[in-house]
Amino acid sequence: MFDINGLTKTYNRSRQQVHALRNVSLKIDTGSFVTVTGPSGSGKTTLLLSLGGLIHPTEGSVKHGNVNVYDLSASRLAEFRNRTIGFVLQTFNLVPYLTAVENVMLPMLPSGRNGTAPKKRALDLLGMIGLADRSDFLPRELSVGQQQRVAIARALGNEPEVILADEPTGNLDPSLADEILDILQDLNRNHGKTVVMVTHSPQAASRATRTLKLREGMLIQ
Amino acid sequence: MAFTFRTIVLREIIQRKGRMVSGLLAITLGIAVIVAIQSVTTVSRQVVAKKLDLLGANIMVLPQGANVDDYYSADVDVPTFPEEYVERIATSMLPGVDNMSPKLTRRIKVDGSSVILTGILPANELASKPIWQASGLMGAELQAACAPSQKKESSLTENDLKAQRKVVDSLSSSDVWVGSLVAERLNLKTGSSLPIEGRTFQVTHVLPETGTIDDNRMFVHLHTAQQLLGINGQISNIEIMGCCSEISDGLLGKLRNILPDTRITTIGHIVNTQIETNTLMAKVALVLLVIIILVGSFSIGNYMWANVEERRREIGTLITIGWGRKHIYWLFLTKSIILGLAGGILGYIVGTISAVLLGPYLAGLDISPVLTYLWWSLLVAMLISLLGSWYPIYRAARIDPAIIMQEI
Repeated sequence: MFDINGLTKTYNRSRQQVHALRNVSLKIDTGSFVTVTGPSGSGKTTLLLSLGGLIHPTEGSVKHGNVNVYDLSASRLAEFRNRTIGFVLQTFNLVPYLTAVENVMLPMLPSGRNGTAPKKRALDLLGMIGLADRSDFLPRELSVGQQQRVAIARALGNEPEVILADEPTGNLDPSLADEILDILQDLNRNHGKTVVMVTHSPQAASRATRTLKLREGMLIQ
Repeated sequence: MAFTFRTIVLREIIQRKGRMVSGLLAITLGIAVIVAIQSVTTVSRQVVAKKLDLLGANIMVLPQGANVDDYYSADVDVPTFPEEYVERIATSMLPGVDNMSPKLTRRIKVDGSSVILTGILPANELASKPIWQASGLMGAELQAACAPSQKKESSLTENDLKAQRKVVDSLSSSDVWVGSLVAERLNLKTGSSLPIEGRTFQVTHVLPETGTIDDNRMFVHLHTAQQLLGINGQISNIEIMGCCSEISDGLLGKLRNILPDTRITTIGHIVNTQIETNTLMAKVALVLLVIIILVGSFSIGNYMWANVEERRREIGTLITIGWGRKHIYWLFLTKSIILGLAGGILGYIVGTISAVLLGPYLAGLDISPVLTYLWWSLLVAMLISLLGSWYPIYRAARIDPAIIMQEI
């Protein structure tokens, strides 16, 4: 699925070069559940953003199938993210003035789906994660666990092949974290989604079929 | 309701309406000021134009070289030009030419006394000319589009009546109208007989005193005057009642193009005042419009900038989930358009109500709503909104989506 080759990302911060990723090469197979671990500043998030087509690498390439992601134009890259990737973020990032069902419909807007189909799909997704009765709630009316579940439903809006999750349990207590990990595991095992998850938690990492470790921008495992 | 970009924009506006008030207020107040001023200005111009039109003819066509020091005596003893010039003006269909009166004027001796003989063409003959019928300028239609009918005008002051040169409806070949001074000097009354250049005329009107040279005039039919003076088909001047707003829009220049070998003049102080007033009002309105567009754009730009900054994380999230730049542009453009439309409509309503309510007290004018201003309000409001919003929108579409990974 993903073929990452010689990926290097260097930032300039206060006239100093910061090497977020150094010559990282790896393959991620379709249907795998990969966790990325490592200390803060080791490059985990940069790797995730690179896979999602959100950060242009300084060197190297990210291939999805036969497509070199960063050879795509800006609009094609957006389309790639919209159709192929579903993002789940630590801070949920729900749009505060939209209801749960509207938040889930957000990725469907650019793909031009019309009529009642998007709403039906969004309601189905909310039902799948156990929030059918909260579809008209605003994010502030939901608990943090419910907000993260809405975010997962949003990530699934366009039936993406891949879910990229950045510390999805970082803001949750252990029982809620387990619920979210169960959902992600279910998506991986029963719905064929490839999951790449950045985490600090050994408990979360234990759910993976493969674990990657980063230190100072280098892949050490 | 389908979930669209518009839904998102409306939901955001409703949820955060408090923050939007300042932005909307800038457009609304700006448009309201323009609409109120424009409403008062337009009515004011119409009122001034009507008052000026009541004074009668305000443009005079004279032969080249005529002395125009005194408008009221400029036509006396000047060279002549063809009567056919009247038809030239009529067929040109110039807007603002509301009425015309061709004249032939000469000083003559009557009973040993020097008087001014003026031949005039009565309105019924002007209207019956085939060329006037062809051009649609018949009878009552000769009345000014912007001038009230003189017959219906009952509120004229005595001074207005004195200054007014009325349209003569009918005049037979043996009738003579005499000015007050002539009547006094020659002891004439309505019904008196008067020999002029060997022909006998009957006095059918003694005109009231005007305080001008007209008091020393005798008026006969134009064609009779031409026969008496032996200059058939010639006239010495054409008096035109021009609509003042058209005069300020260049009516004199257009008349000069049609009649290049004549001298065209106006009642200078009156027309100039009107032109200056109109020009000043137009300039004030333009300056205000520019200021309001600039201030309004700055204010709406400030609001949109703050809105984009506040929503950086939201925008980053949208980009992350696959929204392209065009979608971000469209999201904020829709907001800008909605703000413009709302500001335009509210501004029109507030401005119109202000003008209608305050007009009678502040300007002594009765103002009516002008629907055309609604379309202008929408146009200007959209211009303000888009002008102010373009840079914040441009910035919004270029937000780095990596912002979503930062802790709140």
